[in-house]
Amino acid sequence: MKSITLKEALIQLKKGVMTVKEICHACQQRLEKTRKLNIFISETQSEDLLRQIQSSEQAYVKGTAKALEGIPLAFKDNFCTQGVHTTCASKMLFNYVPPYDATMVTKCKEAGGIIVGKTNMDEFAMGSGSLDSCFGPVINPWNLTVPTSNSTETASSSEISANEVSPDWYIAGGSSGGSAAAVAAGTCLAAFGSDTGGSTRNPASHCGVVGLKPTYGLLSRHGLIPLVNSMDVPGIVTKTVEDSAIMLNVVAGHDIMDSTSVSSTHSPFHISRDLDLSKLHIGLPKEFQRLEMSEDVLLLWKKTADILEKAGAKVSEVSMPHAQYCILCYHVLCCCEVASNFARYDGIEYGLRYGSEMSTEELYAESRHKGFNNVVRGRILAGNYFLLKKNYNKYFIKAQKVRRLISNDFKSVFSSGVDLLLTPTTLSDSPLHSWFTQEDNRTRCEEQDIFTTPANMAGVPAISLPLGLSKQGLPISLQISGPHFSESLMLSLAHWLESQAQFSHLNLEFLDQAAISSNIVQ
Amino acid sequence: MSMPMVTVLRYQCRQWHKLCILCRQLQNYENVTNKRAQIIRSFSNLDLNSRRDQLPEWQGVIGLEIHAQIQSVSKLFSGAATNYNASTNTQVAYFDAALPGTLPVLNKKCVEAGIKTALALNCDINMMSLFDRKHYFYADMPAGYQITQYRKPLAINGQMPYVFLCTKTDYMERRSAKIFQIQLEQDSGKSLHDAKAGLSLIDLNRAGIGLMEIVTAPNFTCGDDAASFVRDLRDILVTIGACDGRMAEGSLRVDANISVNRLGEPMGTRTEVKNLNSLRNIRLAVDYEINRQIQLLESGGVVENETRSFDVEDGETLLMREKEKVLDYRFMPEPNLPPLIIHKDLSTSTSDSNVVVIELVKSQMKELPEEKRKRLEEKYKMELKNAVILVRANLSELFEKLVDVHGCNPVTTSALLRYCYVTLLDNLKLGDTAHMASPLREAALLEIAHIFGRGEISLHSAFVLMETLVAQPDQSCIDIIEEKGLWIVTDESVIMSIIEEVCTRNRHAVKAFKKGKKNQFEILRNKVVKKLEGKSSIELVNQLLNAKLKE
Repeated sequence: MKSITLKEALIQLKKGVMTVKEICHACQQRLEKTRKLNIFISETQSEDLLRQIQSSEQAYVKGTAKALEGIPLAFKDNFCTQGVHTTCASKMLFNYVPPYDATMVTKCKEAGGIIVGKTNMDEFAMGSGSLDSCFGPVINPWNLTVPTSNSTETASSSEISANEVSPDWYIAGGSSGGSAAAVAAGTCLAAFGSDTGGSTRNPASHCGVVGLKPTYGLLSRHGLIPLVNSMDVPGIVTKTVEDSAIMLNVVAGHDIMDSTSVSSTHSPFHISRDLDLSKLHIGLPKEFQRLEMSEDVLLLWKKTADILEKAGAKVSEVSMPHAQYCILCYHVLCCCEVASNFARYDGIEYGLRYGSEMSTEELYAESRHKGFNNVVRGRILAGNYFLLKKNYNKYFIKAQKVRRLISNDFKSVFSSGVDLLLTPTTLSDSPLHSWFTQEDNRTRCEEQDIFTTPANMAGVPAISLPLGLSKQGLPISLQISGPHFSESLMLSLAHWLESQAQFSHLNLEFLDQAAISSNIVQ
Repeated sequence: MSMPMVTVLRYQCRQWHKLCILCRQLQNYENVTNKRAQIIRSFSNLDLNSRRDQLPEWQGVIGLEIHAQIQSVSKLFSGAATNYNASTNTQVAYFDAALPGTLPVLNKKCVEAGIKTALALNCDINMMSLFDRKHYFYADMPAGYQITQYRKPLAINGQMPYVFLCTKTDYMERRSAKIFQIQLEQDSGKSLHDAKAGLSLIDLNRAGIGLMEIVTAPNFTCGDDAASFVRDLRDILVTIGACDGRMAEGSLRVDANISVNRLGEPMGTRTEVKNLNSLRNIRLAVDYEINRQIQLLESGGVVENETRSFDVEDGETLLMREKEKVLDYRFMPEPNLPPLIIHKDLSTSTSDSNVVVIELVKSQMKELPEEKRKRLEEKYKMELKNAVILVRANLSELFEKLVDVHGCNPVTTSALLRYCYVTLLDNLKLGDTAHMASPLREAALLEIAHIFGRGEISLHSAFVLMETLVAQPDQSCIDIIEEKGLWIVTDESVIMSIIEEVCTRNRHAVKAFKKGKKNQFEILRNKVVKKLEGKSSIELVNQLLNAKLKE
């Protein structure tokens, strides 16, 4: 079966051309065939799946099908799922089974969605490679079709795995690498990631799928295990912009359990089919033209700007003078909130408990030492240092001021008549594992998240969409961002660009063929 | 940069261990308070004035931090219930156990209680206040931080009038204390330590209950002063329904900052005595600490800025934490709660039913004790002491009704209520809560008030009458008076004959009185009153006895 989009699937299901069982089965096949990519941390039991499939099929028969009825979905393993392990890819929560569902999970379930599993990620969403997981790294599904430069054999077999020292492989990006890879590989039709500094857009870009970071507060964070509360948003990963809009409309809106969720109604968001580009003013922030940017990315950016201009849009260079301070400011604020948020992991109420029961002091120290990886511990230590009374003004307050300046940069650009900003999502296409691991997690985050963190600082929406392939044949993406709650316009432009680019999605149909042939043999 | 960071964590761990020890102490302390009749050295006798001869200029300076649990069916940031007597860990929402992914949702009722308190304490309400995280590791604080209001509290700059009572002399006077601020914050859970089994158990029922921290200026001078303030504050909080005021259950806990200095000199170094959970302990601990500091200074010592606890058994304050071990709480804004906006009236508020509007809260406020006392004093010329007792016993409405509606004499009625009815209620052990449920019908009380007002029975007989009526509510007052012979004895010859008899039998006392021992008068008078079974007026006995002794 050819892999389809969420929208197509809903149409087919409603028409009765396809059944829920067929769609879910196809996804399950992919999931099994790509297991070596280490996309999932936990998978839904087949009996549970079967029950949900049956109930969705009945809904279609009865005509009571809801917005996502029968659609296979995946959640990053930092969304709480009632009765299902939620680990944040950390030893600290290796045994943690939440007693409740995150609001995103509840809304998807209520809309008839079928959750196929929980996806792999960087531990506690700290990273931009999905390498720092206690369950091992996520492998970019594009490795299955694109040979690495230093690899002798073509990687078009599904033999690849992280455990093999060679050949080298392309990373999935992070921290929601599992969710992006899950959609790219066709194991589900949409997935949730989280986006604190680009964690949904970055892997979406590397895996050639659409990654949406909605306006802060539009989606409830209740049940999303926090990294940085003031920047975290649930992110949506889909194949297409239209799918992204469908998902957004299902989950957007106020949640009484999240006091920072917006109370006013903004949904439904519409993709305008007859977008009048002559009325659009697109800004290209000059500060985003970095030397480190790869030729491919720069070229795609320029080319896309040209296309927009030719289609009648006003395209101009704009200035966001404080963007250059974004990463450092992000780092300080992130560490501070991490130091605070992670104080609860002490091995008392839940999670890993390690060390002597005779001394609470040792119990704390041992549990936290064994439970967290170096990255997490480093951020906790730095955050506690920044928050010390003597350092508070020097670091935290100063970083907050810079954050305000960055936010003002967006405001002044948008109030000067610019409707949307067009930037790259990442510096290059997916880096090789061998290259990525030459530097530590922090250095890579500072480098890889450079285009994505500003939107988190300002709380504005941003979407990353694949628009082309690099010389190596890997996806490269651009990012569109707009003022708060401008999702409709942002999605409309993204949809327009998507249809212009005709990006060819990762095609893993050869895996299905293999499956069928093996079935025949049996 | 790495060195100090490492220190932070180790330092937290050490603090944690200290806190465990403290916890054990506190547990012990709670057990002890529950035991009755511990012999305690009484520091209420501490009299700073008597020292004036040698060192006239010492004065105590006390500021208080009061933690009042907000009376609300649910917690400050979660929907969990708050029943005190519920079994362990049954009043716990996911948020209270700090399960990852849970978020705080502010309880409007708690904010309203805070606003009521702010209004009652004449504070300036911050129309926008903020929540902060205060970090410290403590096993019964699951999140590793407490949500409190550090940068911008709910209300500031208050003033609270209160009645000072000297427990030694019963002297009362009206005073006023400045309130620095009122902030909303979370209570912690409880650690229960089983030393024998080497176990520490955590009960999270209390974790996350709403607290108001009320911080006063250093306005108090001694234990009686501090205790008087807390007593009146408690009455206010109970009246407006902000707190149930049950100190024994920990609903109202007091920390006292205490220093001493010589008059005219700047304030001395202060110590903090933590967790005082009864009015008596406040009085004893404060006086002990003042005395300790004076002795320390007089013997050439230095008062250290430290945290102390009060040992109820020994009546002493003990060192808990030295100054250099003071925690760095690494305060940070709470990112999950938007600023708390209070609206003045409905015109500035939106249609949102979740907002707190001062005008609406004001309209629900009950009359405060001080307002009642003031009216009793001004309108009915009542003594402060009587006003305090009647208001505290919740009898001021009854009094006003008897006087205003039924035309009773305010002087005799206040005496009747204060001496007879309050005692009757106390004897019936109705306690604080059940005063409203009157054991006597209002009509009966009115009749007694009239009879007593006309001087037809004595105060003592009025009490006997009340007691009898409680047991036999259907009998008429007149019947009981007749039956028990309670009519007042006005026959001077009858009284005189008893006076003669008492004086004859107590010649020594009479002699002593005549030699100048004036206190003998009261002894003799009481004997006469007793012989008369309390049926006479005290004034008449005084008058006749005086005449007799002057012979």
